[in-house]
Amino acid sequence: MSKKINLKLKIWRQKDHATPGKFEIYQTRGIDTDMSFLEMLDVLNEKLTKEGKEPIAFDHDCREGICGTCGAVVNGQPHGPVRGTTLCQLHMRHFKDGETLIIEPWRAKGFPINKDLSVDRTAFDRIITAGGFISVKTGQAPDANTILVSKEASDNAMDAAQCIGCGACVAACPNGSAMLFVGAKVSHLNNLPQGKSEKKTRVLNMVTQMDKEGFGNCSNSYECEAACPKEIGVCHIARMNKDYRQANLP
Amino acid sequence: MLDPKIPSGALQDKWTNHKFNEKLVNPANRRKYKIIVVGTGLSGASAAASLGEMGYNVESFFFQDSPRRAHSIAAQGGINAAKNYPNDGDSIRRLFYDTIKGGDFRSREANVYRLAEVSNNIIDQCVAQGVPFAREYSGYLDNRSFGGAQVSRTFYARGQTGQQLLLGAYQALMKEVGKKNVVLHPRTEMLDLVVIDGVARGIIVRDLLTGKIESHAADAVVLATGGYGNVFYLSTNAKGCNVTATWRAHKKGAFFANPCYTQIHPTCIPVHGEYQSKLTLMSESLRNDGRVWVPKKAKDPRPAHEVPEDERDYFLERKYPAFGNLVPRDIASRNAKEQCDAGRGVGDTGMAVYLDLKDSIARLGEEIIKERYGNLFDMYAKITGTDPYKTPMMIYPAVHYTMGGLWVDYNLMSNLPGLFVVGEANFSDHGANRLGASALMQGLADGYFILPYTMTNYLAQIKPNAKEIISRVEFKQAEEQVEDKIKKLLSIKGKTTVDAFHRELGHLLWEKCGMARNEAGLKEVLKLIPEIRERFWKDVCILGSGEEFNQALERAGRVADFLEFGELMCLDALERKESCGGHFREEYQTPEGEALRRDDLFSYVAAWQFNGVGQAPTLHKEELKFEEVHLAQRNYK
Repeated sequence: MSKKINLKLKIWRQKDHATPGKFEIYQTRGIDTDMSFLEMLDVLNEKLTKEGKEPIAFDHDCREGICGTCGAVVNGQPHGPVRGTTLCQLHMRHFKDGETLIIEPWRAKGFPINKDLSVDRTAFDRIITAGGFISVKTGQAPDANTILVSKEASDNAMDAAQCIGCGACVAACPNGSAMLFVGAKVSHLNNLPQGKSEKKTRVLNMVTQMDKEGFGNCSNSYECEAACPKEIGVCHIARMNKDYRQANLP
Repeated sequence: MLDPKIPSGALQDKWTNHKFNEKLVNPANRRKYKIIVVGTGLSGASAAASLGEMGYNVESFFFQDSPRRAHSIAAQGGINAAKNYPNDGDSIRRLFYDTIKGGDFRSREANVYRLAEVSNNIIDQCVAQGVPFAREYSGYLDNRSFGGAQVSRTFYARGQTGQQLLLGAYQALMKEVGKKNVVLHPRTEMLDLVVIDGVARGIIVRDLLTGKIESHAADAVVLATGGYGNVFYLSTNAKGCNVTATWRAHKKGAFFANPCYTQIHPTCIPVHGEYQSKLTLMSESLRNDGRVWVPKKAKDPRPAHEVPEDERDYFLERKYPAFGNLVPRDIASRNAKEQCDAGRGVGDTGMAVYLDLKDSIARLGEEIIKERYGNLFDMYAKITGTDPYKTPMMIYPAVHYTMGGLWVDYNLMSNLPGLFVVGEANFSDHGANRLGASALMQGLADGYFILPYTMTNYLAQIKPNAKEIISRVEFKQAEEQVEDKIKKLLSIKGKTTVDAFHRELGHLLWEKCGMARNEAGLKEVLKLIPEIRERFWKDVCILGSGEEFNQALERAGRVADFLEFGELMCLDALERKESCGGHFREEYQTPEGEALRRDDLFSYVAAWQFNGVGQAPTLHKEELKFEEVHLAQRNYK
């Protein structure tokens, strides 16, 4: 059954990338525990607008946990306290009446802040452009069943391919590393028969671009796996490292 | 009468002959042509990638931060193709026939046949891209059945098929970005179409981070901007989905076809409160293993597990024994509404029915159910706080897809030369109702396998001159109009928020132009919409400026368009005095309560021409000729 709770929200406000930001405090009353976190922000924004105060900018779109657009750090945890959940699928029933929530954007060198809780994640697109694809043109494909993929390989590929590109892994990492994001795509494509011929260039080019974008390295703290809303495992980082090592051998 | 330019010849030869008869552009000349593609969902991304691969100079515009965010990503269940891998009697002809019948005989035969024809190429292409479709232990592709079909022709990637197909198209697109064949414009919203001498020549866009208004010229413009389901405010669409690109093209002369054809999806999580911002779909693939029921007794207060078997009404199985829980979406939705209206609905609000997988869990075990629907069950549990492995899910219909859209001919070109429309944004292939797993098929068919051919034929007949045309005064004028509209919105400084207006409009449309419609209700709503619109332009409250990232301003522009578009949708619904597919007019039903078509009067596409806000639009008709299929009342019993 739903309840009503009151919360104290400390939310990061920042006009744009160039202007320094700061926390503002908002008292919210009568939050329905069946609301999603973003619906709670909607209600706050409606209230702010009516009071003549500028609403909080935050990115969101599908609100069903699949587009990867939304995300904020809640009390130090990307996407909040519930495992395997995006911010839009986090419901207020997981918070207690009277609690204080600190809400801030992803913080990483690779993700400059646009405004308030919105960050620029185009670095991820540039990493995919560097090699996160199989070079098949429209019309070149053979009949689908001529390419056999074992169920195990297919399931492993799907586990990795589930990544929604939200960037929580980067926000969670003490080094601001994008290894889980990059590892998931390398692992998805390199372990399928269709992706084998570009295996080496893919991993080399993607890792090079990742470094160029200012993301840090992996030091095995596994915060990324814990924060990932799709629960993608660090085993994919290991697979990427293996491919990377092999690609560098003569 | 509108001419759809359907090629002559036998149905199965039309597309092959048409491709042969089309004019070509020499590979060395292709880079001289500039093509604008708006939207990066399945149709937009696949079109931009394919045109880029061919060597055209493509620019891609989208309001999201990355092409991978487009709402195709949320499609769950699967994609149809006529592969007949399961050896259960499928064929191109059967997929064609099922789609025509599912669309309640309100789509174009030639288009639908072509769609079925290229469906197999899509699966080949996606597998080659590395889309991890479900496999059998042998390594071959797995299939499942889906609503409205008696064969297993649906390919799927867990419950995230749309995501995987979109990522495939996105990756193909990014590959072309790397080769500099495609340039991306993220966080950029199209706010107008520029038409010069009757031809679509470019677009006006706003950079959503800086507010800068810019003109972009091209030799052809492709709109792949999705459907208008968010006119209802609550829908399964992403929050950003809107009608703005197609509506503004409509205001520049493109005809809008069949706007009253909207699809209400039967299996969504019910509404829980006033603050509700969107509805979440549970893939109808659940109907494969789930049974839909309500208690026989009205207002039964018992929880599901306390209602004995003989006091449950499995109403779809009872009424439609042949298809059972797998009847098409419109039929499943209307039946759920009927049960709830009769007081047999369940849950706190009484606006829900059970979707029960108990028998399948007992038969197959929790593991197999988890493998098939694990992510859906997780999602349900997260939203509702209840465990669907233990208690049956509650579902209710919600707006999901819009079959109507900009009118296009066989070449996917609108009545404005140079303006192509693909995917959900056009009206073409689904008639009055779309079958499950066919949206992904149509989006990718348009983008990968149809548009690249028809676009080439168009370009081959014109001289590329995007660089010169940009200096024409029409661009400057359109920019000024866009800027004026933004200034006007910001100057109102009223008291009511954008979302409040959107909710008001959506609620009204859901009540009067939703699952069931009637003349009195539609006439009433046609009076009310102009009133809401007038209030909007007097009292909407948008803070901040136009020269910055301003999400309320973005939404205000979209809601302003919905407030105009909604009127056309209701007018179309009023004028179509028959029931067909997703358009159910209460006055026209069979004694059993099924949709009653009036083929003698309404076997046409209604394409509307804009004559000004608040002015009556002009109706153009495209007659639907059926040469291959025999028109029949749909029967799923």
